[in-house]
Amino acid sequence: MIAQNIGFLIIAIVMIGAALRVVTTNNVVHAALWLVVVLAGAAAQYILLAAEFVAVTQVLVYIGAVMVLFLFGTMLTRARIGAESDLNNSYKKLGIPVGLIMLAAMGLALTDSFGDEKLPESAKVVSTQEVSDQIFGPYLLPFWALSFVLLAAVVGAIVLARKD
Amino acid sequence: MNLLASESEVLAPLASGWFLEHAWLIPVIPAIAFALIILIGKRLPMKGSELGVLSMLSSLVFALGAGYQWIQRTNSATEEQFVAPVIKSWSWWRSGGFDFGIGQHIDGLSILVLIVVAFISTLVQIYSLEYLRGDRRYTHFFAALTLFSGGMLAMVLADNMILFLLGWEIMGLCSFMLIGHWWEEDANSRAALKAFFTVRIGDVGLLVGISMLYFAANDWTQENLELSGFSIRGISAWALSGEPNSTVIMIAAVALFIACIGKSGQFPLHTWLPDAMAGPTPVSSLLHSSTMVVAGVYLVARLYPVFYVGLDIPGGGGNLIVIIGGITIVISAALAFVQNDIKRVLAYSTVSQLGYMMLGLGAGAWLPAVFHIFTHAFFKACLFLGAGSISHSASHHSFDMKRDMGGLRKVMPLTFTTWIISTLALCGVFPFSGFFSKDEIIDNVGYNGYNLFMIIGLVGAFMTAAYMTRATYLTFFGEPRGASAGHADHGDTHDTHDSHNSHASHDAHSSHNAHDVEQSHGPHESGLLITVPLMILSVLAFSSGFLNATPFGESWERMKLWVEPRSVEVVEETHSGGPGESLIITLPIAKEGQSKSVCGSAQPETGICYAPQLNHAPFKWLKAMMSMAIVFLGIAISWILSTLLFTKSDPRLVGLTQRVKILGLGHKLLVNKYYLDVLYEKVIVRSIAYPVARAAYWFNQNILDGLLHGLANSTRRISGWVYKNVDQLVVDGTVNNSATLTKSLGTAAQPTQSGKLSQYAALLFSAAAVAALVLVIINT
Amino acid sequence: MFVNQFLLLGAILFCIGVYGVVARKNAVLMLMSIEIILNSVNINLLTFALRNGSTDGHVFALYIIAVAAAEVGVGLGLVLLVYRNKKTISIDDLSEMRG
Repeated sequence: MIAQNIGFLIIAIVMIGAALRVVTTNNVVHAALWLVVVLAGAAAQYILLAAEFVAVTQVLVYIGAVMVLFLFGTMLTRARIGAESDLNNSYKKLGIPVGLIMLAAMGLALTDSFGDEKLPESAKVVSTQEVSDQIFGPYLLPFWALSFVLLAAVVGAIVLARKD
Repeated sequence: MNLLASESEVLAPLASGWFLEHAWLIPVIPAIAFALIILIGKRLPMKGSELGVLSMLSSLVFALGAGYQWIQRTNSATEEQFVAPVIKSWSWWRSGGFDFGIGQHIDGLSILVLIVVAFISTLVQIYSLEYLRGDRRYTHFFAALTLFSGGMLAMVLADNMILFLLGWEIMGLCSFMLIGHWWEEDANSRAALKAFFTVRIGDVGLLVGISMLYFAANDWTQENLELSGFSIRGISAWALSGEPNSTVIMIAAVALFIACIGKSGQFPLHTWLPDAMAGPTPVSSLLHSSTMVVAGVYLVARLYPVFYVGLDIPGGGGNLIVIIGGITIVISAALAFVQNDIKRVLAYSTVSQLGYMMLGLGAGAWLPAVFHIFTHAFFKACLFLGAGSISHSASHHSFDMKRDMGGLRKVMPLTFTTWIISTLALCGVFPFSGFFSKDEIIDNVGYNGYNLFMIIGLVGAFMTAAYMTRATYLTFFGEPRGASAGHADHGDTHDTHDSHNSHASHDAHSSHNAHDVEQSHGPHESGLLITVPLMILSVLAFSSGFLNATPFGESWERMKLWVEPRSVEVVEETHSGGPGESLIITLPIAKEGQSKSVCGSAQPETGICYAPQLNHAPFKWLKAMMSMAIVFLGIAISWILSTLLFTKSDPRLVGLTQRVKILGLGHKLLVNKYYLDVLYEKVIVRSIAYPVARAAYWFNQNILDGLLHGLANSTRRISGWVYKNVDQLVVDGTVNNSATLTKSLGTAAQPTQSGKLSQYAALLFSAAAVAALVLVIINT
Repeated sequence: MFVNQFLLLGAILFCIGVYGVVARKNAVLMLMSIEIILNSVNINLLTFALRNGSTDGHVFALYIIAVAAAEVGVGLGLVLLVYRNKKTISIDDLSEMRG
């Protein structure tokens, strides 16, 4: 358990640091690379949470596909590779208190309601089969709806990005 | 007469076979062919049409094999034994406790319709090879045609209502694509939309009916048969078990029948069917004579117990189905008299014949009605394809009988012969097939106590004979007109060619035409790909009636033996109970005034029955003679009138409708199709759209304005009071101040509408943060 | 392991994402911040799935990943379109909706 906690702590600190860099760096490409660290950290946390299939999907979809999309987006919009000065707007000053207030509210609520409740120690890793039984069983209808969302997104992205 | 539960030990084991067990392949083949045509059709030497024809041929072979084995199965059963359908079922998908199955339910009815559909589809596809040669969307046409047949076949052998619904909707979609095949013309795409929407109105009823039956029947079927409430077998047994609440089952039956009205073109939703003739002729032949429109009739026949119990069919007198059927027979037959388009005559004729089927089903004449599906498919497909042959080869793709046809019997002897045979079958002349089915319907309707509707049926037979004679006269007799008159002199030489009527001379004739450009534009006989299907169909139009020829005695009633489910109580072994323990279900006792219950048992018995007990009218030559006389009277009167009117232009008849006011009114009513289209498009649509608009306007005018006026008035009154009682300066000050306040508020709020995304995000999240904080503080 | 350690991590990431959405001007960076928010939600879902011993949370986490992929696809398509028309992807320059 201690090893897990240490692992969690290290990953969590790296994730928070990387996330802070994503929202503060002056370089779009760097931001994208820091985002990879956040996403990979999230995947590691999923494994700690006994969700191996979600973790694998996270790596495949997010780090594999979404990040490439971001880099392409950065490239196609001809962002400068180096640092830029005007990535932030004038609401930066408002953002800090907003984030802090939210964090305070959530932290209060979480400590109040969960206190020092522990996660089950001997949790079994959720197998892919169980997840798929859920998806293609009771959650079939949302799955279909999601398929339509993806289809619409594909068509929409083509329509938007096509030159004519 | 009835098998008691104790006698069930003498039951023979039922024969089965490979084709029966694998009947589910029949719709799967066209479905695969559809995918292949779409994917690789354009690259194939015949543009994908060969795949369509091949798939339909193999479906036909499978269906015939299954039919043969089904006959063996019925023969292997004892006289009074229930021939259990061959059912296979798989779980298709599950969602939230619902289990949706997929599978086959093969019994006499589904085998019969499977064979008809596969057969007609095959012939229509072969015919289309020639008819649509060189069409711009040749491949897509065959793809849609194949998928359409696949949908119909899937619907026919469905073992549950969900698969049934799937096939039903696939057909709806494909009919839309096929009717609008030449969508570049506005009329065609409008006809396709009309067909789609009209049928859709009915489909609401189908959905409602299926869900109602599921929720009403599921508990019972799960408990007693371990079947889902969607299962056709389960629903049938449930409907006859005496369990269902009579109101529920009546509403479900009415809802399902609304779907049938839409699909089968019954009054008052028949308006789409004649318009749907805008599609290519093979499509009309397939969709609107023998396949798609039969779906509604098939639904009634399939779930017959539901309608039988729900609408109290054994009660006699009249119910929704016979009333709709009877109205449809007469009004559509009347409409057929004023049509000049040959395909529209046939379309109204189809509507009218579907009315007969519904009439038969509604009056308890199940077998004659189903048999009418069978015979009607052949002769009506033949008539449609004949009309297509005429337009393809003789009248420059025109379907106008008055303008472009006439005298074609000499030019197109093959088409003419097949047409005459089919027309006689349609009119119900002995011994053509229509006689054996239609006369049986009329006879049984009267026998089951629906006397009024028997008379309607006879009137319909008279009208059928008359309008078909008119159409035949206009097309094949008299003088050639318009396009068909173009090369009438050639027609004579062709006639001598074809009088031998051998295939060799016919071949020579068509190849002769092929390289003679000038001649090929004149009226001539169509090619082999068109005439061979016509000939096959006309042979069947003549002979298919003998499969259930009641006049010749019991041994000729094959269909009754093969198709009609036997009304026998079946003792099912429960799966949950111990071995051999049989299910005890008490069947309903006979109602007062009726000697027998729906299952034909006089006293309560145990067991399940799947089909109601039906009566069969004994055949009487006298009655047949009477209806024959009516038909011949119709033919004779119509013939004389047609000759006088169209050829001799008798002054007493020409312009009669202009001179006699009542006739003129009737004619106008018919030409305008009873103003139903006007009713739907102008009145109903407007009466819904306009009041909504008007209500909104009224709401604007009276409520909103009234509120404002009221506010203004009261404000004025108050300010008047204030003016009177308070110092004028204070009032002025208040007014000025409030104006200033409003202005400054507006100015203050303006910056929030900056159009900047980041600002909106910032506002949104700040609000959320504040709200979260408030919530947390309140709750802790 | 405490339930709260994961939930607090999720909360912190969420707030960082919110800050990013509010503070960033570049549209691509804004989308990245949204991805951080979505991931923090996923961590919460999976934590509760583990806590309650059910797999429902996994299903929804997967759905969220799929929806996020769709969202990025369409979002970047929009950004490209905006860039093509205005030669900039600065959110602040897009204020045609100004009241």
